[in-house]
Amino acid sequence: MATEAKAHELTVSVSPHVRGDETVARIMWTVNLSLLPAFIMSVYYFGPRAAFVTGLCILSAVLSEHFYQTSLKKKSSIGDGSAFLTGLLLGLNLPASVPFYIPIIGSLIAIVITKLLFGGLGYNVFNPALIGRAFLLISFPKLMTIWSEPTAQFVAMDAKTTATPLGILKEEGMAKLIEIFGDKADLYTSLLMGNRAGSLGETSVIALLLGAALLLYRGYITWHIPFSFIATVGVMAWALGGNGGLFTGDPIVHLLSGGLILGAFFMATDYVTCPSIRKGQIIFGIGCGAITMMIRLKGGFPEGVMFAILLMNCFAPLIDRGVKSKMFGAVNVNKEQKK
Amino acid sequence: MSLKPKSNLELIKNGMFGENTIFRMAISLCPSIAVTNGMKNGVALGISVVFVQTMVNMTISLMRKFIHPKIRIPIFMLVIAGYVTIIDLLMATYARPIYKEIGLYIQIIVAFASIFARAEVYASKNKVFSSACDGFGMGVGFLLAMIVISFFRELLGKGTLFGYPIVSGSPLLIMILPAGGFLAVGLLMGFFNWIDMRFFGGKGASGV
Repeated sequence: MATEAKAHELTVSVSPHVRGDETVARIMWTVNLSLLPAFIMSVYYFGPRAAFVTGLCILSAVLSEHFYQTSLKKKSSIGDGSAFLTGLLLGLNLPASVPFYIPIIGSLIAIVITKLLFGGLGYNVFNPALIGRAFLLISFPKLMTIWSEPTAQFVAMDAKTTATPLGILKEEGMAKLIEIFGDKADLYTSLLMGNRAGSLGETSVIALLLGAALLLYRGYITWHIPFSFIATVGVMAWALGGNGGLFTGDPIVHLLSGGLILGAFFMATDYVTCPSIRKGQIIFGIGCGAITMMIRLKGGFPEGVMFAILLMNCFAPLIDRGVKSKMFGAVNVNKEQKK
Repeated sequence: MSLKPKSNLELIKNGMFGENTIFRMAISLCPSIAVTNGMKNGVALGISVVFVQTMVNMTISLMRKFIHPKIRIPIFMLVIAGYVTIIDLLMATYARPIYKEIGLYIQIIVAFASIFARAEVYASKNKVFSSACDGFGMGVGFLLAMIVISFFRELLGKGTLFGYPIVSGSPLLIMILPAGGFLAVGLLMGFFNWIDMRFFGGKGASGV
């Protein structure tokens, strides 16, 4: 009797039969957790408005995913944390002073158009948060580039506006940038700590690196994309960024400013939109870095991380095809047939 | 395409909805994105296409017995180019401001897949009046598509319709840029497919 009952319990299924304890939800919530330091620093520098903008982004991202899926009578997937992450990343990519409708529109575009219309998590071609931001930047170029000065206190209500370090670098040059921050050491410290104008979550390099360390330690991201991305930006800034000819640029300013750290560790490494083969990931990172520096040095925008990642997202499947390793002893069937 | 011969009214309806150039067949998308950033331009191009498509179908149908099949493509091309030139010169004379904006796309009507396709699959095999109806239906279908697309793009992108302000506030600038055009066409195509599937029991696939 007992064996008969057991026989009924056996199920026939395809591999994998043994699964790890990692789930999509667990990875996504860990990434959310790793962005917590950056979020805290953004509230510290930009005040409660930062929490409001980020919260609104998260709320509208989660709600739009939920209502889209329930209205199509599908299972709501908000529990896996990916919509939460999209909202959080979008919020950390906005300036503090945006009016309330901008986070809502951005989240809708990111979740519904970029992710769900393409088939949901795992099928999106582009990074949803970045498409949301690109849509907003192109639609509201004025509102999206009002950068308020960090105040480091909760009471400042009439925040002053100023340009981002990269904006100053583009318009007025390195000398002016150093003059504004005092001297070079002060400039580097401010950039490292995040005491500068910019998108909410991108300013504090220390906090971002803390979160990135967690992800690297857990093995959720590997060094390939961030390292090749950042190294390419550094080398190109050093080689081409200076006024006095080749190799006179200041790579440190370029590395610490803009959205590079946030983009390289948290957005370029999105599993769905980057190549899955290590060799391809390095190519992907180099491409991101090169496009970023081309936009920063020669383009119309002061910052190019967003467009660089989005452009390389298009190439991710192509890169994967190009670097796929050949099976040992395999014969190219097409060539054989032609003979 | 059904095998039964259709009545003239059915032909017109087929062009407008069943085989709508843009939303069902997904051809002639280039002008639908380039020109639809304002309703004025969209409607002007749409009307030109109605004229050219109807006249081309009539002319080809009239000549169908004399066209040698081997050289039919150059002949279609010449006929289309002739009517496009008429529209082009008329517009250049009487509608100068619009012509300055969309003149290039008027000339590009010569290369419209939809006009060419109808001459090939319908007008060269059917009688004059039904060919004219088919062309007219197709042209009106294109015009309707242009009106729908440019309505949303101008309203969202500039907050105006035909240049008159409708809503105030900061518009979604992206909608009048090419990226917004793709977005609008894609979403509307999906929407019409959904209507077709939901209410008319269609399969909802756009033409390939």
